[in-house]
Amino acid sequence: MTASIATSQTILVVGGGISGMTAALEAAECGKQVILVERNATLGGRTALLYRYFPKMCHPTCGMEINLRRIKANRNVRVMTMTEVLDVKGLRGDYTVKLRLSPRYVNSNCTACGECAKAVDAEIDNPYEYNLAKTRAAYLPHNMAYPMHYVLDPSIIGTPDADKAKAACKYDAIELDMQEEIVEIKAGAIVWATGWKPYDAARIQPYGYDRFANVITSVEFERLASPHGPTGGKLLRPSDGKEAKNIAFIQCAGSRDENHLRHCSRICCMASLKQTHYVREAYGDSAKSTIYYIDIRVIDRLEDFYLQVQQDPTVGFIKSKVAKIVEDKESNLVLHGVDTEGYHRYATTHDLVVLAVGMEPETNGIKLPDDILLDSSGFIEGSNLPAGTEGIYGAGASSSPLDVNRSVQSATAAALRAIQVVHKTSTVEGVR
Amino acid sequence: MSELNQKAVAKYQNNFLKEVEERVEDGEWVSMCMQCGVCAGSCPLGPHWEHSPQKIFRMIMAGKRDEVLTSDSVWMCTSCYSCIVRCPRKLPITHIMHGIAHYAHRLGVAPKGQPTRELASVFWKNLVKTGRVNELKFSLAVYFKDGFSQGIKNLLGMQGIALGLVKAKRLNPMEIIGGHKCKDVGGIQKMLAKAKEIEDRRQGYTS
Repeated sequence: MTASIATSQTILVVGGGISGMTAALEAAECGKQVILVERNATLGGRTALLYRYFPKMCHPTCGMEINLRRIKANRNVRVMTMTEVLDVKGLRGDYTVKLRLSPRYVNSNCTACGECAKAVDAEIDNPYEYNLAKTRAAYLPHNMAYPMHYVLDPSIIGTPDADKAKAACKYDAIELDMQEEIVEIKAGAIVWATGWKPYDAARIQPYGYDRFANVITSVEFERLASPHGPTGGKLLRPSDGKEAKNIAFIQCAGSRDENHLRHCSRICCMASLKQTHYVREAYGDSAKSTIYYIDIRVIDRLEDFYLQVQQDPTVGFIKSKVAKIVEDKESNLVLHGVDTEGYHRYATTHDLVVLAVGMEPETNGIKLPDDILLDSSGFIEGSNLPAGTEGIYGAGASSSPLDVNRSVQSATAAALRAIQVVHKTSTVEGVR
Repeated sequence: MSELNQKAVAKYQNNFLKEVEERVEDGEWVSMCMQCGVCAGSCPLGPHWEHSPQKIFRMIMAGKRDEVLTSDSVWMCTSCYSCIVRCPRKLPITHIMHGIAHYAHRLGVAPKGQPTRELASVFWKNLVKTGRVNELKFSLAVYFKDGFSQGIKNLLGMQGIALGLVKAKRLNPMEIIGGHKCKDVGGIQKMLAKAKEIEDRRQGYTS
């Protein structure tokens, strides 16, 4: 993968989550050449790790499947996984981008038969389960992985495990001498869709995420609820595997807080309301969900979803930001605080606490092109360059805390602007 | 009702929030409160207050002037700063509590006999007299604040500690007559008077 076909009419899309896939496809289906780079071993991003979407409660397999089919069917998109952007130079219409390709140690002969995983003994924390479970060091990221190829974790390279994996492969797909590569490509416009990460809940000291096993984050709860997750879809407590029937959801865990993330992450209220459905589906009338909130922020038509959850007698709402969590001897959690509706002091016990963690932009901690302008939370606000001379566009959750639906809208808008740039470039070159 | 208090009521009519914003130190922060309740839940003295800080802020917005200013609650703050550290909007809650207490004291409507208020008053009088704190006179004033017989009881209760302090030369019995003072007592009193004049003008008590 050394020869580059990119020209200044190519659109580079950085990030292969739902926004990046959408932007790449929209541009490619307009006939533009697109390179889609993704840091991880698979496309799909955080969307692929959800159990269900709100408000329709459909599974991500649905929307993702359609996009993956579109990608497979389109010759204009070139997908590069395990690839990071190191540097961007140049201006609108003429960017030079340096990419680093990390070795997968598995080539495209892989049929995802899984024999290598059976042969390997070493286990690693599975990042696609938010480290709730272990996986063999030869693994398929998840069932919806694209490309549908296994990955060898770099930690086993040079160990007997790697040789075992190679010996087990019947298709000559394992290449243990793959090396890191640095390549340069040209691009006319760039869509920056690097998405978000859950805020580090351990930093919210009074909630004890780092000390109490049964305090988990909302993204981890999605994995517990998923039939493909570490518990096979059962809502079991991490500490003792007991069924968690009485669950507290704490809103604004990190968001709307000058000590943590100063912005409202927008999706967390809907996410917790959605997750009360999981509890109800698992336990019926013996379920108990309690949402602790400052105020419920569900936007426009999503209000209907909120009204419907309010009708559910198994769901309670307490208007209060929880002040602290204490663990009792049975690893239950006691939530302390003061209720704003009447100013009653409470100390309420729950089996499991789910922190609705805020969205932190992935732009924090990675090197960005100089002309990208960030807002005070680190989301892409626009460009430092004068209007009409910029060629890099933020899309999806890298530009604002957005749900899947709005990320797709944002990505489509960014794709249109990128198309305009390369369209102009090609017109000018045509005249010449 | 003191004259200052009557003037304040007349000036601000029913707009107590505006009064707090203009006259209470750090009072302009009050309307930033989003009623999340973390201050109330984090306060170590929380169960002992009648009104939590969160509730005080809401009462100010609701115009509950008498309830707030005569409340014992704002005097309960021990300045541990837990609320300031945790407030998601960075309200200087400790300072606002002290600001409200000070304002109520200036207006003469703060609760009478409130121990924190009395201690602060005794301390202030003691300090401005000579520009130095006279610990002997300060202790005596505090012991005798609830009457002569209670004072004697307090004295007898503390006599072991007092004798120990005298032996260790940490307490000088001769302080009872006059006591040590700073070099320019008149000067420091003038400075304090000037500071009060400036503050009164800034807070709008005088023109």
